[in-house]
Amino acid sequence: MLELRGLTAGYGPVTVLRGVDFAARAGEVTCVMGRNGAGKTTLMKAIMGIVPVSAGTVMLDGQAIQDLPAHLVPGKGLAWVPQGRRLFGPLTVAENLDVGGLIRGNRAKVRDHVLALFPRLRERLNQPAATLSGGEQQMLAIARALCLEPKVLLLDEPTEGLQPSMIALIREAVLRLKAEGVAVVLVEQRVEAVLRMADRVAFMAHGSVEEVAEAAALHPGARQFADFVGV
Amino acid sequence: MRAWAVHLAVLAALLAAGLLLPGYHTTNLARILVLATFAAGYNLAFGYTGLLSLGHAMFFAAGMYAAALPAWHWGWPAAPALLAGTAGGALMALATGALALRTAGVSFMIVTLMFAQAFALAILYFNGWTGGDEGFVIPSASRHLFGTSLAADTPRFLAAWSLFALGLLLSLALVRSRFGRVMVALRENEERARMLGINPFAAKLKVLVISGAWSGAAGAAYALLFGYAGGSFAGIQYSILPMLYVLLGGAGTTLGAVLGAGLMFYLTEFASSVTSAWLFLVGLVLVVLVLFAPKGILGWVRARLWRELP
Repeated sequence: MLELRGLTAGYGPVTVLRGVDFAARAGEVTCVMGRNGAGKTTLMKAIMGIVPVSAGTVMLDGQAIQDLPAHLVPGKGLAWVPQGRRLFGPLTVAENLDVGGLIRGNRAKVRDHVLALFPRLRERLNQPAATLSGGEQQMLAIARALCLEPKVLLLDEPTEGLQPSMIALIREAVLRLKAEGVAVVLVEQRVEAVLRMADRVAFMAHGSVEEVAEAAALHPGARQFADFVGV
Repeated sequence: MRAWAVHLAVLAALLAAGLLLPGYHTTNLARILVLATFAAGYNLAFGYTGLLSLGHAMFFAAGMYAAALPAWHWGWPAAPALLAGTAGGALMALATGALALRTAGVSFMIVTLMFAQAFALAILYFNGWTGGDEGFVIPSASRHLFGTSLAADTPRFLAAWSLFALGLLLSLALVRSRFGRVMVALRENEERARMLGINPFAAKLKVLVISGAWSGAAGAAYALLFGYAGGSFAGIQYSILPMLYVLLGGAGTTLGAVLGAGLMFYLTEFASSVTSAWLFLVGLVLVVLVLFAPKGILGWVRARLWRELP
């Protein structure tokens, strides 16, 4: 579904991603792990067209999208929930979802589907996003991205700083999306969360994917976690 | 519904004030309402979309001259002159916005300021046509609307009130529409909006053109209602005034523009009646406001009393 071949990207003269090869398949959760500075967030940004790609391709369903203007990428079926949520604070939950689904028709149906995934948001529809708890904000950030009806969902550390009950809700939502056939790419640092959700794990270091492992073959003490994450 | 009711009540109160107060205040109110229309246009760009422009005097003056020049040179009546002014402001915003919106933040502010300064200088340079700094008086024959002279206090006030009411209700409809949410989204986080498939450049240009049309209509109305057009209206002062009105009343609130324009108008008048250092007094009030209500008066109301205030 999503395939990166030799992706090289960076900020001006600084090259961050060096020939990344990576794939995410429909109905699978692919986790991306690596130390700080390995290039995980830049990878997300390059896929979404925010960071310019200097070489390589980003293929979505066989179509190259790396040269598209960034605002056209979501329309192709990619959605990204960045680290830190970045909601539109003064807008209510309902308005955030409305803006999320702006480029899609069938908004009411999509919104119902999204709210079924996060029932807690239904109780907060008229509440400004800035007044939600951290976990609810994360749910809204994911829900807003889902209003784009993505084929591929990129999540950058969605459980960071959340309490265990919220982490469980978000994990449940991710697994439901997987069951619905969405390809989920998840940047995650917590080994336990990765082992519970991932089908495959891509380990990054120095701007490239160094190793890809089947999650079923990994365990908490696996060598890869020590080598690439330092745990 | 509550928001619409409050806006209609404010309009009714302004109408009553204009019709019941002595003529001096009626004229003041007419001026305030035209300036509030200008500020409401500015508020759409700055308060709702986060476009900090220092060039709105250019849109105001473009509207003023697009209405006043045909009236002066060719004797156009008020109605088509007003429409020409609105179109003039919108076209000026389209032309300058297409270039200025390639920048952002402080750069956008500087670029809009430069465009406005160039426009102000062009008015002075072509003084044979524009009247330059001295300006010109609009012929009284062009200052008639539906057979009524706009030079008289009450018709002038009613015309200003009608323009303001139209602008206010359209503003309310706009900010409560889906596009209004896009405007707030762009202000809050442009990159995030882009990641939801919104084209920030196109959306911001659309806002700037709407804002330019509002400002142009206000400029045209100012010329037609008060009978004068001049180069001073293109100066930087007229770019700063709407910003002050909006900051005082509450950026990103529909009623903030008229509240700010009214307060600033009477504050300036009061201060200049008690001291020659009136700018000091006005500045002092603004400092106090920034310290205690940095989001403006209605911003404060929204934060503490009425969260849904549009």
